Amino acid sequence: MEFSRLLELFIAASLINNFVFTRYLGLCIFFGVTKKMDTAIGMSVTFTSVMVISAALNWVIYKFIMTPLGLGFLEIVIFIGVVAGFVQAADTIMKKVSPGLYYKLGIYLALITTNCIILAVPLLNVSEGYNFIQSLAFGLGSGIGFSLAMIIMASIREKLELAEVPRSFRGLPISFVLTGLIALAFLGFSGLITL
Amino acid sequence: MSNTASYWHLFRNGIFGENPVFRLALSLCPAVAVTSGLKNGFLMGIAVLFVQTMANVTTSLIRKFIHPKVRIPSYMFIIATWVTVTDLAMAAFARDVYAQMGLYIKLIVAFAIILSRSELFASKNKVIPSFFDGLGMGMGFLLALVIIGFFRELLGKGSLWGHPVVDTKPLLIMILPAGGFFAMGILMGFFNWVDIKFFGGTGAGGAGGH
Repeated sequence: MEFSRLLELFIAASLINNFVFTRYLGLCIFFGVTKKMDTAIGMSVTFTSVMVISAALNWVIYKFIMTPLGLGFLEIVIFIGVVAGFVQAADTIMKKVSPGLYYKLGIYLALITTNCIILAVPLLNVSEGYNFIQSLAFGLGSGIGFSLAMIIMASIREKLELAEVPRSFRGLPISFVLTGLIALAFLGFSGLITL
Repeated sequence: MSNTASYWHLFRNGIFGENPVFRLALSLCPAVAVTSGLKNGFLMGIAVLFVQTMANVTTSLIRKFIHPKVRIPSYMFIIATWVTVTDLAMAAFARDVYAQMGLYIKLIVAFAIILSRSELFASKNKVIPSFFDGLGMGMGFLLALVIIGFFRELLGKGSLWGHPVVDTKPLLIMILPAGGFFAMGILMGFFNWVDIKFFGGTGAGGAGGH
């Protein structure tokens, strides 16, 4: 029973309520890094792991520190502090422990700190009242969904380089229209599970 | 240049020259997310206007006490505080709207445009110019949201501010998520076209930022 609920959560977060296509979060990063496949993949890996870890971290802090002290109204200030601190720590540790990985993913880490999509995961976990495991599943699902969106977009944009686009639509405008088309396709998932 | 003129210049810069949404392409997430109706877009714009202005003023007031090494975290906390104020006020006074877009109000804290104005302008300037800079940028954002919201509600529901105005079958797609992207892309293309055609620009607006 519990497992099927988790699976539902995972699929809902990654496909039905995809962060990019139905919640419109993380657009800045989404349009910024999807020009090349390599960067899109690097960003996906970093984002997914940071989202899962920050979901766990913030859940523990909310449950055991903020709730007993009645600090629920400070969630925005505290979550952003926690994420920023954690990302900074990850950055420093990675530099020491595995310099190779750091040179591959380090630049993305710096961009992540104040991204709306990272902050949205703990905020949604709190407002939906998920337990610890559910929060993890939600974080993972959201991360995978975001990665999927970025990889689809990157592969289309690599083809777009060769297309003849009207001058006023070059760059971002055409990418927006494209994203709209993909969002239409993702609309088809909405009947997959009834929550 | 007299003082009034330079304040006017700062104010206008935010609306036209460096419009956060159409020209700088910053903080796009809410521009698409909350604009399915004119009212939501307007209220979101007001919230951003308030946070931007207050964050600019606060940053400017305490700019001499912040050590350069910790300036970014300090700005983040200033912004987060004002967002909390807005969030709680909205939850109390505009319940129906808050139920729909509460998450996006909270996420104002992660808007690149607010942090970048604190860093680029308010940390180097006196309180009054910072105030006008914040006001201009906020107004530019508000204007962009109202434009997008206007078109999406008119086409998608055939109404404005909840009142029906057109008596035909609406294009449902415009209020769906996909419609937001279409509206945004077409409007950006239009602004680029105006820029190229009438102002001799390069149409490089929306180069894509954080």
